[in-house]
Amino acid sequence: MIVELGHYALVLTFALTLIQSTVPLWGAVREDDRLMAIAPPVSIAMFFLVLISFAALTIAYVTSDFSVVNVWENSHSAKPMLFKITGVWGNHEGSLLLWVLILVFFGALVAYFGSNMPSPLRAATLAVQGWVTAGFVLFMLATSNPFNRIPSAPIEGNDLNPILQDIGLAIHPPLLYVGYVGFSITFSFAVAALILGRIDAAWARWVRPWTLLAWAFLTLGIAMGSYWAYYELGWGGWWFWDPVENASFMPWLAGTALLHSAIVMEKRDALKVWTVLLAIFTFSLSLLGTFLVRSGVLTSVHAFATDPARGVFILVLLCLFIGGSLSLYAWRAPLLKQGGLFSPISREGALVLNNLFLSAATAAVLVGTLYPLALDAITGEKISVGEPFFNLTFGPLMVPLLMAIPFGPVLAWKRGDLLAAAERLYAGFGIAILAVLFTFWLWGMERVLAPIGVGLGVWVMAGAICEIWTRVKPREVGLKRAFERLKGLPGAAWGTATAHFGVGVTVLGIVTASAFQDEYVQTMKPGDTVNLSGYAVTFDGVAPRRGANFIEDVGHFTVRQSGVVIAEMEPSKRLYTARQFPTTEAGIHTVGFSQIYLSMGEGRPNGAIDVRVYFKPLVTLIWIGCVIMAIGAVFSMADRRLRVGAPKPSAKRSPQPSATPAE
Amino acid sequence: MTRFLASFWIAFTLSLAPAFSITPDEILDDPVLEQRARDLSANLRCMVCQNQSIDDSDAPLAKDLRVLVRERLVDGDSDDEVIDYLVSRYGEFVLLKPRMAPHTFFLWASAPLALVLGLIAIFVTLRRRKPSERDAIGGTVALSEDEKAKLDALLNKKAGS
Repeated sequence: MIVELGHYALVLTFALTLIQSTVPLWGAVREDDRLMAIAPPVSIAMFFLVLISFAALTIAYVTSDFSVVNVWENSHSAKPMLFKITGVWGNHEGSLLLWVLILVFFGALVAYFGSNMPSPLRAATLAVQGWVTAGFVLFMLATSNPFNRIPSAPIEGNDLNPILQDIGLAIHPPLLYVGYVGFSITFSFAVAALILGRIDAAWARWVRPWTLLAWAFLTLGIAMGSYWAYYELGWGGWWFWDPVENASFMPWLAGTALLHSAIVMEKRDALKVWTVLLAIFTFSLSLLGTFLVRSGVLTSVHAFATDPARGVFILVLLCLFIGGSLSLYAWRAPLLKQGGLFSPISREGALVLNNLFLSAATAAVLVGTLYPLALDAITGEKISVGEPFFNLTFGPLMVPLLMAIPFGPVLAWKRGDLLAAAERLYAGFGIAILAVLFTFWLWGMERVLAPIGVGLGVWVMAGAICEIWTRVKPREVGLKRAFERLKGLPGAAWGTATAHFGVGVTVLGIVTASAFQDEYVQTMKPGDTVNLSGYAVTFDGVAPRRGANFIEDVGHFTVRQSGVVIAEMEPSKRLYTARQFPTTEAGIHTVGFSQIYLSMGEGRPNGAIDVRVYFKPLVTLIWIGCVIMAIGAVFSMADRRLRVGAPKPSAKRSPQPSATPAE
Repeated sequence: MTRFLASFWIAFTLSLAPAFSITPDEILDDPVLEQRARDLSANLRCMVCQNQSIDDSDAPLAKDLRVLVRERLVDGDSDDEVIDYLVSRYGEFVLLKPRMAPHTFFLWASAPLALVLGLIAIFVTLRRRKPSERDAIGGTVALSEDEKAKLDALLNKKAGS
């Protein structure tokens, strides 16, 4: 009964999307307030309906109702409760329901908090959001319904893929979805602006918080997925340039570009047409990712059989949304007036450069991902495009971008002085050079590129600190005033510096972990010790253990540094009994920012076992940097300038006007 | 979509669930040869996996390929000879870094092409602005002959009246 209720709510949602996608838009075009006023309550109603749907499916999972196909296929009564709940979105149908839930939640947020927006813009935005919702709800109802029943309910379920029974992968999809869906909001804003033929700096200010929010979550989602792959897949890799990773990386790159071009639009009323195009591209890339992964075009012999009906449906959706929005763009974009002139050497110029390199990088990843498919379809030739290709094409695009990052924020708007900007960065440059020399001293001259990479990361980090430093000028104004100025810095300035610092941190982690990793592969007998990077890792033995729904062989290792025990590690090999599915649980011990990584392979006679031991210097910085970037986005969102129409801004203003930074 | 990610991971990990790629018995005694084998392996695709190199994969095929690469190296093949041999046997699909050839030209050119096209687009956009606008950025606007004449006329008129 509850399941049917959820199903019914979903069908009702579809009916409402039809109203949502037409009536408010008609009202916006006709400037009829009554028609436009329909949008907010319908948005909120849709949210509650999908919430009921989602709750119904969750209840089916929690109570292990195996009469529902979806639950039977993906759950098991012995599964821990946490994974029963996360299993709701651990499968195709359920994850789509989560996707739609977040989509209508965002729509409801726009409806609820958007009262300070011009009503035509709000109505048109919600209508476009309604199109997207309609497409996805119809897709679910037609091809991927999570509420289908089995006539005679089986006694036990098939269990969730053990690889997915992990807290990392449980929170990874929701994070990533908020990212994707957030970009659907910017897409809706962009299309609405095109329909209305009006776009101004205020538009950018409405769009930017959503972009920031989406970007922050996408960043965290990608980082989470990467860390999950790192510890769960067991050979210590954290990025594989796989089409499915690229599918989430492309919207991130385009979204990063969008984030920056929206600043130019907000502050200087320039790059309007480009910003709108980027907003369309960013969401289109999210949709493209869906198509790539769902349609089965990437299917290899090992991939799950994918339903071609789903692929065709998504392809049609893709063509409608991308084709439609781009046609609309071609038709309406000339209406948008360009403004805000600037010289090439200026903050705007730097942001254009950022967009140039990020767009080229997106193009490189896009072509690299699609080319093998296209070539196969056209000529039948099969080629592979993998990590070495991306390292060669994507990598070089990042180097000039990273070098330029610190310059952007210290350049003046409109017309900048490169020399003056460079002067502000002297200290940062000095620190970066020291970092390069230090790395050479530490690791020798064997690898020339790695120390330069280290320098690059440190340069970006130091540049971010320089920016804050030169804004506060502690040497000129004294410590006390400097502290006041620090507190008075706008959130956006903190956001920029923090996010850029995070980029530097990630770069540093990537370079050190790839270039200076220490690896050791050997068969170890109990009592054997390996030495790597100053740590002695001793293998003590293997013992069996039993978990809730798996059995495992746990290896016991002792890590010593100069004879002192610093850690005991327990990597294991699990067998999930329901599916007879083996997994490897790596043993990871964190030392500072570095990690010792252990994974076990084949067992040998006499209790010996194949072991792979890594020392990965500063590897955690890769993900810490991503978290710092996301924090930067939060700082930016907190900037009160972004709260358009915030009531009585003057009352909130800081009492000392002198606290505003000189710029 | 992430579920899509997840489903990919499933597919992706089917082959590597008991993830253990290179095993100790495969490792060559000669560290120089072994390093060459590792470097080669990183560029060779495990053909039954999704975008994984044979160095990272523990699929039986990947193991066979790793052993094969090492055998050829021990027999004295150069890196290129090993790669040529594998391509002749398995096709270009085995290379994670596609060869530069007519059919991959666009692939390799895409990144620089995008960069150059972007630069041209920016340049054209800047050029398309009226010259007076471009000067306006500089703060000083030089008057054209025509404008000078008009100004002079105005000033003269004022002086005259």
